[in-house]
Amino acid sequence: MPNDPEQDLELTSDLVPLFVITSGRALPPEHQYAHTTLVTAQKGAHSARTLSPEARAVMEVITDGYLSVAEVAGYTHLPLGVVRILLAQMEERNLLLVRNPVPRAEHTDLEVLMAVLDGLKTRFGA
Amino acid sequence: MYLNPDVSHAVKILIVGHFGVGKTSCIASISEIEPLQTEEEITEASEGFDDLSGTPHKTTTTVAMDFGRLTLSETLVLYLFGTPGQERFKEMWEGLSRGALGALVLVDPARLHESFPVLDLVERFGLTYTIGVNRFDGTTDYPLDEVREALNLSDETPVVHCDVRDEQSSAQALITLVKHLMSILN
Repeated sequence: MPNDPEQDLELTSDLVPLFVITSGRALPPEHQYAHTTLVTAQKGAHSARTLSPEARAVMEVITDGYLSVAEVAGYTHLPLGVVRILLAQMEERNLLLVRNPVPRAEHTDLEVLMAVLDGLKTRFGA
Repeated sequence: MYLNPDVSHAVKILIVGHFGVGKTSCIASISEIEPLQTEEEITEASEGFDDLSGTPHKTTTTVAMDFGRLTLSETLVLYLFGTPGQERFKEMWEGLSRGALGALVLVDPARLHESFPVLDLVERFGLTYTIGVNRFDGTTDYPLDEVREALNLSDETPVVHCDVRDEQSSAQALITLVKHLMSILN
């Protein structure tokens, strides 16, 4: 993400209602673009035209690698719901690569938990 | 800033507790990124009733939530979400608890009664949890048995001391939670 000071500017205000930013679109289903869904821009997506300023802001932070949806919201200072709608629109336009989080059934998987435990132990030397 | 390009598994653990219990400090002590915030919308019934319809007014408010990140291997990343434990935030819990491995419930031994609504939510959303008794400045370790008794916890639920400002201590509490999650499977 460029360290452009303008990135810190407030992107929304009461003068631009959220439904305008999102073109009146409803939220995608809850399981889509969850907090821990990982997203990045397709190659060349950065040059896509006709992106709204907010979609452009999202595009800026995901151009060079994967981030979680929560991080995209954090870096753009856009409400999570708005980010999810913008991402859905970008995916429809083939501008996005998406990696979904581990499905719930696998969460109770011993393998995942062991990998988490090993990772924590390695990281913190505990 | 970016994740390892080979990351294929993203998992999450909720760090929950009442206001001021140390959720943000806990996340800050172990996150590999500067903790970030998401703004989430919740609807609330506002004061008074609409005279015409007789239904309570609903207003939308925004809640800021802290989270952090820990890369655990080339393919695995763990997100930690600081989740407020008041009943009015239960809407957020729907999305946050979905797919969560479990929850680390932080409690303040001097304000144990404030943890009841938190435990209620954790149990309602079916999350397996471990209790981290935060060690605040100048306090001595509170007897864990008393915490267990006061919070009416089951014998299986781990209760550990946890100095949330300390990386090792926070990490140890998370490790206790993960071991507990594994023991339930076995």
